[in-house]
Amino acid sequence: MSSPIIKACAYTLFHVPSFVRYGSKPTREESNSPQPLLPLIEKHLRSFEEAVEYPPNQVFIGNLHPDRLNDIEQPWYDHLLKGASRDGVYGEIMPEEEFFGLLKLADEFDLIWFEKEYAPIFQQKLRGNPLFGKIDLGKTDKGVDMDRIQEKVAGQESLPLYHQGRVVGCFHRHHEQDDSLKAQVLMENLMAKASGALVLKHLLKRSQVSPEEIDFILSCSEEAVGDRYNRGGGSLSKAIGEMCGCVNATGCDIKAFCAAPIYAIVNAAGLVKSGVFKSVVVVGGGCLAKLGMKFKGHITNDMPILEDVLGGIAFLVTEDDGESPIIRLDSVGKHDIGSGSAQQNIMESLVSKPLDRIGKKITEVDKYGTEMHNPEVTVPSGSGNVPLNNYRMIGALAVLRKEIERGEIDRFVLQHGMPGFSPTQGHIPAAVPFLGHAIDAIKQGEMTNAMFVSKGSLFLGRMSQLSDGMSFLIEENPAKKA
Amino acid sequence: MFNGKKAIILGERDGVPGPAIAACMEAAGAEVIFAVTECFV
Repeated sequence: MSSPIIKACAYTLFHVPSFVRYGSKPTREESNSPQPLLPLIEKHLRSFEEAVEYPPNQVFIGNLHPDRLNDIEQPWYDHLLKGASRDGVYGEIMPEEEFFGLLKLADEFDLIWFEKEYAPIFQQKLRGNPLFGKIDLGKTDKGVDMDRIQEKVAGQESLPLYHQGRVVGCFHRHHEQDDSLKAQVLMENLMAKASGALVLKHLLKRSQVSPEEIDFILSCSEEAVGDRYNRGGGSLSKAIGEMCGCVNATGCDIKAFCAAPIYAIVNAAGLVKSGVFKSVVVVGGGCLAKLGMKFKGHITNDMPILEDVLGGIAFLVTEDDGESPIIRLDSVGKHDIGSGSAQQNIMESLVSKPLDRIGKKITEVDKYGTEMHNPEVTVPSGSGNVPLNNYRMIGALAVLRKEIERGEIDRFVLQHGMPGFSPTQGHIPAAVPFLGHAIDAIKQGEMTNAMFVSKGSLFLGRMSQLSDGMSFLIEENPAKKA
Repeated sequence: MFNGKKAIILGERDGVPGPAIAACMEAAGAEVIFAVTECFV
């Protein structure tokens, strides 16, 4: 029986500097700080052009291979790729004005009001995007007087929306006693929906599959959609699919902290392999809460606040097309409850055990995708180089198994790893940003396989001290080899 | 080594988790009064 494949991938970024203030960390710090922090934050925000020309962002949307970052001097924010395009092989980087238009398009409950001069501008900007040039944008150009916005912000817990330092609208609370429906929470949810919808549109365009052909959608976004009776029990998958015209699909959400995309892809592959569904989408929207998460380290180091972008990821899992790399379902690695939480135990569960099962050495995997966090975001705030640490751990396992010498770990990292290039958006960096590059390289005969290893911090929910994780391997389609 | 000492433990997701440090500290005689694992990304 044939194996499921990942037919297409899409990746998008959304440059939303005006929302950095609403990231969890900036919001908390601002309310606790004796001095106003927002002017300092605004001083360190990047322009859209700077975000587009930032080398890791170009890698994320597919215009640059991750290994090329090794050739670009750091800090990368001082070595921009002049003239780089917002349009990528796998998606795009959307500017804030367009994203406002997209947010309003995603808004089914009149949660957002834009001021009457700005609403048509935002709609027009979205209309300029080729993906939205011909679709009905409804009444998204209808705005309200600034007086009404100010009234809502002053008296009814609506949050002001800013653009280039000016108030352009507001985001409403939708139930006066339900904190699951307060403005901040609904804004997080709607931003995940809107960003998920754009990346799904790119996925459908890239795969040349019509929306009607999609059977099932798994959202791996992190937001807790729901009301006071079922906080986090709701779903974004159908909301995202609805925006993209996937009228024959249903769906649900997979929750597994940062490891959710890998869980979702494995579930999607299982559904396709079993014959339950033929075309399954895995989609993840961006995470507002994580904007500006490391802003203090960035300000202290007088560098731009790099966490000014939301991410979006989408994958189409289908039956074998005889061409695309296959997902080896016998390669799935999982972090069992009894595995323990030590790093060595986790990596053995996710790397050594599954490779043993399929008779491969660690060194026989061409490239590993791990937590692909951009080190320029994390190192200045003292959080270390996450992908490098993970690659060294995999290299150390290879040493323990006597596949390489201890002195060869650095070479192993260079050969089988890559610099981190993903925004620190939780589920977004979870190994899968490398899937698009890996699939292309395998199709072009430059690689034969790649393994994707993702970890999740289960303990953050305070229900268990356990860690979490899942992995799988893709390899060249056997039909191509023949 | 840590007899009579109290320990506050901060573990890290990509490093050594809190329960592992706690087990070591208790074995070395410390009284663990707080242990947590955090994720810094």
